[in-house]
Amino acid sequence: MSETSNAGPALLDVRDVSKAFGAVEVLRSVSLQVERGEVVTVIGPSGSGKTTLLRCVNFLESYDSGSIRIDGKEVGYLSAGTRQRRGERDLAAMRAETGMVFQSFNLFPHLTAAGNIMLGLTKVRGKSQAEARQAAEHWLGRVGLAHKADSLPAELSGGQQQRVGIARAVAMEPKILLLDEITSALDPELVGEVLAVVRSLAEDGMTMLMVTHEMAFARDASSRIVFMADGGVSAVGPPKEILAAETSNDRLRTFLARFRASHF
Amino acid sequence: MGYALNFNLIWRHFDKLWGGLLLSLELAVISIAIGTVIGLVLAVWYVSAGRTVRAIIAAYVEFIRNVPLILLVYLVFYGLPTVVDLAYSAPTSFILTLSVYSGAYLVEVFRSGLEAVPRGQLDAGKAIGLTPWQRLLHVRLPTMLRITLPALSNTFISLFKDTSIASVISVPELTFGAQWINFNTFRIVEVYLVTTAMYLVTGYILLFGLRLVERRFRAAR
Repeated sequence: MSETSNAGPALLDVRDVSKAFGAVEVLRSVSLQVERGEVVTVIGPSGSGKTTLLRCVNFLESYDSGSIRIDGKEVGYLSAGTRQRRGERDLAAMRAETGMVFQSFNLFPHLTAAGNIMLGLTKVRGKSQAEARQAAEHWLGRVGLAHKADSLPAELSGGQQQRVGIARAVAMEPKILLLDEITSALDPELVGEVLAVVRSLAEDGMTMLMVTHEMAFARDASSRIVFMADGGVSAVGPPKEILAAETSNDRLRTFLARFRASHF
Repeated sequence: MGYALNFNLIWRHFDKLWGGLLLSLELAVISIAIGTVIGLVLAVWYVSAGRTVRAIIAAYVEFIRNVPLILLVYLVFYGLPTVVDLAYSAPTSFILTLSVYSGAYLVEVFRSGLEAVPRGQLDAGKAIGLTPWQRLLHVRLPTMLRITLPALSNTFISLFKDTSIASVISVPELTFGAQWINFNTFRIVEVYLVTTAMYLVTGYILLFGLRLVERRFRAAR
């Protein structure tokens, strides 16, 4: 376990979460804990349920059974037992506590870089325009885009858009940051600048749960790696252990072998 | 050809055309404004509603789109007051009709625009903790507007031309003014040439203005 873990319950506690889209079971009794300050990476073949799991954590997707708690509070439902869905305002308030960065950036195209960050700060956090602008400039500086505050998304490169996406998420000061294949839509030469930002956030102690195909990054930046296959957690452990070529887990070995074959 | 063009009589009665054009614009602006409100409200309602509401809105759209405007104008002006105890002037009757008519077309424009807003943007709005109303106001509507502006401009121009139908219930707009001059001077070619030019020029000016708005919106800060 990570050195930052303490005696209290995990910050993110996923227990026995299952979900089906019609007849297809995308999550099968998934359990997973993330401690404060930990960086946990989820890897696995496409279709293994990684993204769905992430989207359940901030309730962009509902789940059929099990429980997800952030800081002890049940996500999406009033309680795991009743499975009574929270009201929309309640859900919105909960989602503000988790930040999310998307594969396709999903910046608001009509707002500038600063405007994208300020929207949540003014409408959700209730900050004044001036305060929000100041915070936006601070976070844009952190991701190396102070000079792009007034640029529209369409005027930015993919890597720059994604860094704005990260700034938009962290400016809300979430308890946990969810990163969903954030470099998959980028040209290879732009991946580095985005990962550098993530690394610096990790060094600052930001708790993160990320899905990625960047194995080298997962190895270097993660406290633990979760390997998912067929909607279930197949293996969990420190990077060295999980990414070892001689693992006894057949599915993991196949995944890693196929991955190495296609990436080197 | 023995017909000699003579515009003198047209210029003598030009106030009929000029006043008519101003009334045409007034009818268009008021009807489009009301129609836009109808269209927006119903489109937003449609995309978030259940099957019954959707069916009712779709029925309204289909009804309006499959009945000629001129028939609707007759129905509202001659038909409705005999059924319900209402009295209204011809211009009011026409504004009422064109509003309901434009509403049906605008529902379609706005609805397809709302549905074209990428899902990812709505997810991003949810992820930062916006409530459904905030997502609609700050994410969905602005993006929808950018998507629909070109189609919206075309619909507006088309609705402006539709005001000519008001002439059938003697609303003294541009086409009615042209008919009046024709009946009184018999300069049929001249009057309709001038009237056509007036519709054309006004349409182009409107289009030019709307394209400017589009460009501003695309570069909006």
